[in-house]
Amino acid sequence: MRRKPLHSVLLYLAALAVALFTTAPLIWLAHMSISAPADLTEVPLRWIPSEVDFSRYQALFDLESGAGERFLSALRNSVLVAGAATALALLLAVPAAYSFSRRRAPMVLLFAFLATIMMPPITYVLPLYTAFSGLGLLNSKVTLVIVYTAMLLPFAIWLMKANIDVLPVEVEQAAFMEGASTSFTLRVVVLPLALPAIAATAMLSFLVAWDEFFYALIFTNDLTAKTLPVAIADFAAGRVTDYGVIASVGVMATLPPALLAICFQKFIVSGLVAGSVKG
Amino acid sequence: MFGRRQIREKWMLLVPAMAVLGVITLAPLVNTLWLSFTDAKITAIATPVNLIGLENYIYALTDPDFQDALWRTLYFTGVSVGLEVALGIAIALLLNQEFRGRTLLRALIILPWAVPTIVNAVAWRLIYHPEYGALNSLLFQLGFISSYQSWIGSPALALNMVILADVWKNFPLVVYVALAALQTVPGDLLKAAAIEGAGPWKRFCAITLPWIAGPLLVVVVLRTIEAFRVFDIVYAMTGGGPADSTKTASFYVYQEYFNYLRSGSGASYAVLIAGISAVLILAYYAAARRQDQGGRA
Repeated sequence: MRRKPLHSVLLYLAALAVALFTTAPLIWLAHMSISAPADLTEVPLRWIPSEVDFSRYQALFDLESGAGERFLSALRNSVLVAGAATALALLLAVPAAYSFSRRRAPMVLLFAFLATIMMPPITYVLPLYTAFSGLGLLNSKVTLVIVYTAMLLPFAIWLMKANIDVLPVEVEQAAFMEGASTSFTLRVVVLPLALPAIAATAMLSFLVAWDEFFYALIFTNDLTAKTLPVAIADFAAGRVTDYGVIASVGVMATLPPALLAICFQKFIVSGLVAGSVKG
Repeated sequence: MFGRRQIREKWMLLVPAMAVLGVITLAPLVNTLWLSFTDAKITAIATPVNLIGLENYIYALTDPDFQDALWRTLYFTGVSVGLEVALGIAIALLLNQEFRGRTLLRALIILPWAVPTIVNAVAWRLIYHPEYGALNSLLFQLGFISSYQSWIGSPALALNMVILADVWKNFPLVVYVALAALQTVPGDLLKAAAIEGAGPWKRFCAITLPWIAGPLLVVVVLRTIEAFRVFDIVYAMTGGGPADSTKTASFYVYQEYFNYLRSGSGASYAVLIAGISAVLILAYYAAARRQDQGGRA
């Protein structure tokens, strides 16, 4: 069927509108981060920067500057916490997923796991706060790793289970016939086959942990453990006169997840769709 | 093929995960429930805690401020999810057409989803800035407004502006789910309907929408659950203000805990919120199960 010209024009206009809506806020954030401070306070706005100014990014990567110290320590904390929680969650999720997939562990239990992350965090936060405070573990990266592991675990189990379900069971059966133990089979037979699924699960988990704000806000209070989202909220709440600084931190915090999402789009989208449509 | 060894293993494989979730979620849940029946406070020195029965609940259920916060949260949830779904379906229908640049546009849609919630909040806060914000300047220069507006500084507008920012971040998920569902709509059926003389709108209502309704319903309930616990974006954009106009239920409890240090009273609000969430979660499973069975049939 050939399209009518008018139809085509409308189609491309709509596509353009969607592209603008999707990217404009991000382009604007990037624009603010490289505009001269004076440009940002002109009324009405100067849409094209009078000069391109990368000095804020330089400052962010300079440990000696105040902003740089806050940014770099938050970046380090975010990478460490999200990375460690992702690794731990997968370490626990793979055996559990295997149990649900191949040992007929009751699905009700998996639903109960999933329900724990659907509950508002406000339900858990106070007893956790009291407990960690009693253990002297407030303002510690370890605390965030523990809490994030629990937060990532249900979804990781669910995704891994769905992926193990579709692996061929024959090889495992043969391994058992030969007398292989479950842990051997898991490591040598299942793990290599499930590697793409593990990579996809790890990426999604990392992004969720990277984004987490609520627990980090409540459990941390200085450079030792504050993560990027908390640091950004601080930057934005402080008496900053240059909005470009806030924008540059925002751009830096968005780059890693945006690059992951663009490069591994198929992985991430199929994980997202599967994770949100099936229970 | 399962021997006794493997039945024992079924549980051994699950124990680590169960232990972590038990300690980090189940125990705090039970503890919150217990706290809600007490007059506990957050104090530097340990003070005796008394059981006071349903007193907190009676107070919470008659507290007009909390009721306002709940209605606000329901408004946020309903409008946010409603807009995401409308926008999500429309964009998915567009991306389901063939045109040059479609692959690129499909790839771009993931960007808002990848932006961290707090960055999203802060970016929109800058865009909404009453003096230097891009929104004011753009609308003014295009002639849509005659004077600069205080978008998130006015109680009448603030919540809607927070919703707009939230919709921008969360619509991609609906797009991708709808797009995946659209690809299963049988083209023959649509063609037959077109030959029978059904217009595009009629074909959409009679064939496409019912066909994608199952997966959409599941993602709608999921987004509802997530939107209902909204906290982060409000914290970073408006701090609950102005004049409490963006103070959501989670934010209300946060303040009860960490500003007023009333853990017993705060816990009763938290339990009420958890109760509403529990109903939504059950609805999610009902929707997901129906979808799963429908998919197999």
